[in-house]
Amino acid sequence: MNRYGRHGAWAASLSFFLIIPFFLDGSRFAYLIRLGGIAGLYMLLALGLNLVVGFVGLLDLGFMAFYAIGAYTAALLAIMKMPFWVCAAAAMVVAMAARLAVGFPALRLRGDYLAIVTLGFGEVVRLIFTNWDALTNGPKGLPRVGESIPPISLFGFTFTSNLHYYYLIAVCVLAAAWVCYRLDHSRLGRAWVAIREDEIAAELMGVDVTKQKLVAFGISALFAGLAGAIFVHWENFVTPESFTFWESALLVCAVVLGGMGSVSGVMLGAFCIVAVPEFLRDLLGKSFADARYLLFGLSLILIAIYRPQGLVPSRRRSLELHPAEPEENAPSTLFDVEGK
Amino acid sequence: MILQQLVNGLTLGSLYALIALGYTMVYGVLLMINFAHSEIFMSGAFISLLVYQRLIPWLSPSEAWLVAIVLAFGGSALLALVVERFAYRPLRRSSRLTPLISAIGVSILLQNAGFLFISDQSLAYPQVFEIRHYQWGGVEINSLQILILVVSLGLMGILHLFVNRTRLGTAIRATAQDSTTASLMGIPVNGIIALTFLLGGALGGVAGALNGLYYGSIKYNMGFIPGIKAFTAAVLGGIGNIPGAMWGGIILGVLESLAAGLIPNGSEWKDVIAFSILILILLFRPEGLFGRHVPEKL
Repeated sequence: MNRYGRHGAWAASLSFFLIIPFFLDGSRFAYLIRLGGIAGLYMLLALGLNLVVGFVGLLDLGFMAFYAIGAYTAALLAIMKMPFWVCAAAAMVVAMAARLAVGFPALRLRGDYLAIVTLGFGEVVRLIFTNWDALTNGPKGLPRVGESIPPISLFGFTFTSNLHYYYLIAVCVLAAAWVCYRLDHSRLGRAWVAIREDEIAAELMGVDVTKQKLVAFGISALFAGLAGAIFVHWENFVTPESFTFWESALLVCAVVLGGMGSVSGVMLGAFCIVAVPEFLRDLLGKSFADARYLLFGLSLILIAIYRPQGLVPSRRRSLELHPAEPEENAPSTLFDVEGK
Repeated sequence: MILQQLVNGLTLGSLYALIALGYTMVYGVLLMINFAHSEIFMSGAFISLLVYQRLIPWLSPSEAWLVAIVLAFGGSALLALVVERFAYRPLRRSSRLTPLISAIGVSILLQNAGFLFISDQSLAYPQVFEIRHYQWGGVEINSLQILILVVSLGLMGILHLFVNRTRLGTAIRATAQDSTTASLMGIPVNGIIALTFLLGGALGGVAGALNGLYYGSIKYNMGFIPGIKAFTAAVLGGIGNIPGAMWGGIILGVLESLAAGLIPNGSEWKDVIAFSILILILLFRPEGLFGRHVPEKL
């Protein structure tokens, strides 16, 4: 696609997603607005995760932990009647602090070990929220009986309906996408891609690998914290069960499906993991509604096999030099064995 | 008290070790974390229960269960083979991430297959024989625990002999060491990889059946936590290292039981402890307790 085509596609889809919900409100398709909002939250998360997975090339299987930390931070502050911007800022800061605290010691690790450490951390966070009744009310969730989370109000406007939240999330997603796009075209983004492609060479060329990885970790957690804060105000409820490993795994799938390192691709991927099961539900009718995740699992396998570069491959990745294809009858061996 | 927890921990740990072997062998030859292994474990539990229910009108419970566990052994091995053939083999030359995505897909697929076609609720797993309790110096051990220990330690012993004393075992070790060279030496690497999946799947399936018997209920998502813990065990012993996986499983099971017994509210926190062990091991001794430190190639 040439440059104008890409801009046109962006503009068309943008106007579609900003105008359509306005007309859906109050019709029998109003539930789509809520769905769109949820997809937007997933887009925020996927964009954050993409910084780490797509740009720096570090697999993270516990990203939901930071969403959870953001959500709980915001919930605890909102119950104390703090205004939304305080909750959101605190959620972002706490999520980032946790991210750096975990990220720092884990940086030395090889790729798949890092993935497992993040998975373990995600589970530990969920279990702590489940068991620490005094703070989090355990599996029953927040707010407790008699407490409440006030709706968001910004500049004197109170967000009440799904439509309001939809637009709030849409603005956040656009801002996040813009940040990612700018990062991709900055010194930072280039440093990250250099790390992904060859860490040692990047280090020798003067990229401060440890620092850059931590910056990527930190920014990704900011996205997750913000998404958590919005989520909790919108739902008025948070329980540890929203942050299972499957959610983290689905996010990774969204990033990979969409195309690692590609901003628009990742947004499309996030949209897919939310929307496809829903469409399948309508498509299959009542009797087969439960089969949708079965098909979802199947489609993940098929995509991994037939289109591993994702739906919208990142342009930079496709332009990069790739190793030549091995000959037809070469012995089939392992994946690339280097600790990438 | 401590001795009692040790007995429980050994039982639990031998189950973890059985599952961990599947992770460790596949990692040894493919350097891949087989995420769907926890669903193979789950499938073993379901196969054994379904077979048992079919056979019960004709056979005595213990005979029926014997057939069921043999079929769980075979059925899970077959399932693991099918998964390897269709979901992993086409991805041999991809990046490290792609097989992981595929494995997550397999995991979702199998869980939902269980959810849809069998049951979305917990199923009661019958008690197949009279459980006797033995008291010995203040420690209680029941015949079920003895059965689990005997079966799992026996299977591990057989596997150990197989890997170290047979031609096929030598081929597995050679493939794990250097698959390219192994294939040049005439070892059919694809077949050997399939064999590791088959062995791991068989052991995982038996572990699933034993787990169902031990806890008395099974569910379509039962694989996740034991799966992660078995992976922890594999890492603890040094991933890719077969005796290491056995020791890792037993150490993890014992630690978990001791924590559950000695810390107030310990049973609530036992999973946190297991995962924390996983994180700490990976951070400070990623080669595991028994692994050799392999410097990274530049």
